[in-house]
Amino acid sequence: MIMSKSSKFNRGVSRRAVLKGAAGAVGLAAGSGAITGFPYVHSADPKVLRYLGTAVNAGDEISKKCLADTGIKIEYITVTTDDVTKRVITQPNSFDVLDTEYFSLKKLVPSGNIFALDAKKIKQFDNITPVFTKGQLPNGKKIGDQGTAPWKVLYLEGANSKKFSTTPTEFVTLIPTVYNADTLGIRPDLIKRPISSWSELLNPEFKGKASILNIPSIGIMDAAMVVEATGQHKYADKGNMTKAEIDLTMKIMTEAKKAGQFRAFWKDFNESVNLMAAGETVIQSMWSPAVTKVRSMGIACTFQPLKEGYRSWASGFCVSKAVSGPKLDWAYEFVNWYLSGWAGAYLNRQGYYSAVLSTAKANMTADEWGYWMEGKAAVGDIKAPDGTILEKAGSKRDGGSYDDRMGGVACWNAVMDENDYMVRKWNEFIAA
Amino acid sequence: MLQDRKSFVAWLQAAPMMLIFALFFMLPLVFVTIVSAWDYNEYEMLPALSLRGYTDTFEGCIAELPGLCTILKTYLKTLKLCLLTWVLTLLIGFTVAYFLAFHVRSKTWQIVLSLLCTIPFWTSNVIRMIAWIPLLGRNGLVNKGLQGSGLIQQPLEWLLFSEFSVVLALVHLFTFFMVVPIFNSMIRIDKRLIEAAYDAGATGWQTLVNIIIPLAKPGIVIGSIFVITIVMGDFVTIGVMGGQQIASAGKIIEARLNALQFPAAAANAVILLGITIMIISALTRIVDIRKEL
Repeated sequence: MIMSKSSKFNRGVSRRAVLKGAAGAVGLAAGSGAITGFPYVHSADPKVLRYLGTAVNAGDEISKKCLADTGIKIEYITVTTDDVTKRVITQPNSFDVLDTEYFSLKKLVPSGNIFALDAKKIKQFDNITPVFTKGQLPNGKKIGDQGTAPWKVLYLEGANSKKFSTTPTEFVTLIPTVYNADTLGIRPDLIKRPISSWSELLNPEFKGKASILNIPSIGIMDAAMVVEATGQHKYADKGNMTKAEIDLTMKIMTEAKKAGQFRAFWKDFNESVNLMAAGETVIQSMWSPAVTKVRSMGIACTFQPLKEGYRSWASGFCVSKAVSGPKLDWAYEFVNWYLSGWAGAYLNRQGYYSAVLSTAKANMTADEWGYWMEGKAAVGDIKAPDGTILEKAGSKRDGGSYDDRMGGVACWNAVMDENDYMVRKWNEFIAA
Repeated sequence: MLQDRKSFVAWLQAAPMMLIFALFFMLPLVFVTIVSAWDYNEYEMLPALSLRGYTDTFEGCIAELPGLCTILKTYLKTLKLCLLTWVLTLLIGFTVAYFLAFHVRSKTWQIVLSLLCTIPFWTSNVIRMIAWIPLLGRNGLVNKGLQGSGLIQQPLEWLLFSEFSVVLALVHLFTFFMVVPIFNSMIRIDKRLIEAAYDAGATGWQTLVNIIIPLAKPGIVIGSIFVITIVMGDFVTIGVMGGQQIASAGKIIEARLNALQFPAAAANAVILLGITIMIISALTRIVDIRKEL
């Protein structure tokens, strides 16, 4: 056998040499203090929080700044959206702080692995934007509540309850940190005409050049926006369809797929960037930072405001039920630090929105605030947190101000009652 | 007495492997099979006998006759991709192995050339896959080249995110798994047999069909088992190269896992395992590997 030939190259390494090496390694470990045999002095423990989340929010800058300000060291455990949920359910002891989206709570909270946070210990809790607590803008305008809107799953009935409370209590499931209003990304240089409706995603004009994301619970929401925009059906709640509505939605999407409408589906941030940047697609569901990324590559890309509104998402921090003692105090300290302004400004500068607007505003220049939050034309160049220029002076943000964008939210990412059926139908759509 | 001791020693020698096999293969497999018969809800498995995972999987299969339901369509597609990949890797792998075994005379060169085959394995599967994308895309090198030379007017859409690109990537990734076992079989063919065939007046083709292929059979079967088992379970290559639009048996399992429907995922895994075992046992029917080795 060919593999046996390689054994002659191994002859140089004898058993004795291996043993010597191993003994050396043990000695080294002992010398370095790795094996001391003595209990630790607890006061000397470093403050470490294991932070489970997706890559989107796992910013190196944030963890550095947090360490400098609070002495808490953040250890990122970065996985995909689906894997975050899977991990919370199957390995609740493997993390301390969890960065997840509100719609996942419908799965996470009944599993009993989420600690109910005490609203009174969150210093800025009363300053959290009413988008989360009341479902309205700071100016009082009501926003769309279809799907798993945050205020439906924000409160628990009691400290150990697995039930969501419809009225405010002091037991909070998830402290919001970041959210956005998503829409379609387009290549204006390749489309060459105004786009104003979700229905354009299925327009035969873009045959073979459209894409949608292959994460069923989010993809179906985009599909529902399209179906409603084409006037084929009006949903009572896009985020909680009946079986018949799921069938109808998937039938329309399947017909489009069979007609060759879609170039590809995407599952993560980079895939969506590559599809758009390479010109494989000209119109697709997209996330705000992905649009920014394409643009920073020197390729025209617009996060297109559409007349039917946006599909929104929001994420924040949960704490694992397994966390207790000093770790719990650090978790509160971390959440309080996060809402205190620096991180909020950092997120706002990437095109997301921060949960506490007032503290973020205090950490941004008037020009930055005007561009990102008020829909004003930038006075100077707008820079990303890392210092690269995102937009030249004079440009305006796609979709305008915070009030225009968040006010235009039509639905929220959701987990439906018929989720199981929906996933099966989604598989059928992929197999079609 | 001596016989007893001998067999005891033999068992003892086999024990570590058996233990590992039982612990890391048989036991999980038993668990998967048990879980596949459980019920489930949004966030947990319910340890009560329910064949929902299976019935959901075959949902609509009878109602849709004579049309095909999702699971049958998916398996048909998976088998098609598997068959295409198998035929191509076999042809290419056999040719490469033949070249290495019979055309390359010196042992040193045989080793050097077969090591050359391993170079692609120095980078990860995913990178080797992704490398095809800028090549095959709408504005990729191949389309640009063809358009530049005036052969085509419009870019070829089927180059990427199609069954073509999936099979291309699979063949690229897995041909080596054919080369090694086939080469290994061929290298042990007694050269005097071939000389005898030549002396007896056999043509090159007759030698190939009557001597080399039969004697290389174990290698062909082992290589086939590698390729078929990998492709049947694959969901990454088919996902990336198919633009996430082509369903495969592995993809269904992944989608179920991501939706936290573990029993349903387990049921699909058991079905996939059953089908793969059937294919493999059919292959081993043709050639008794243990006898040939």
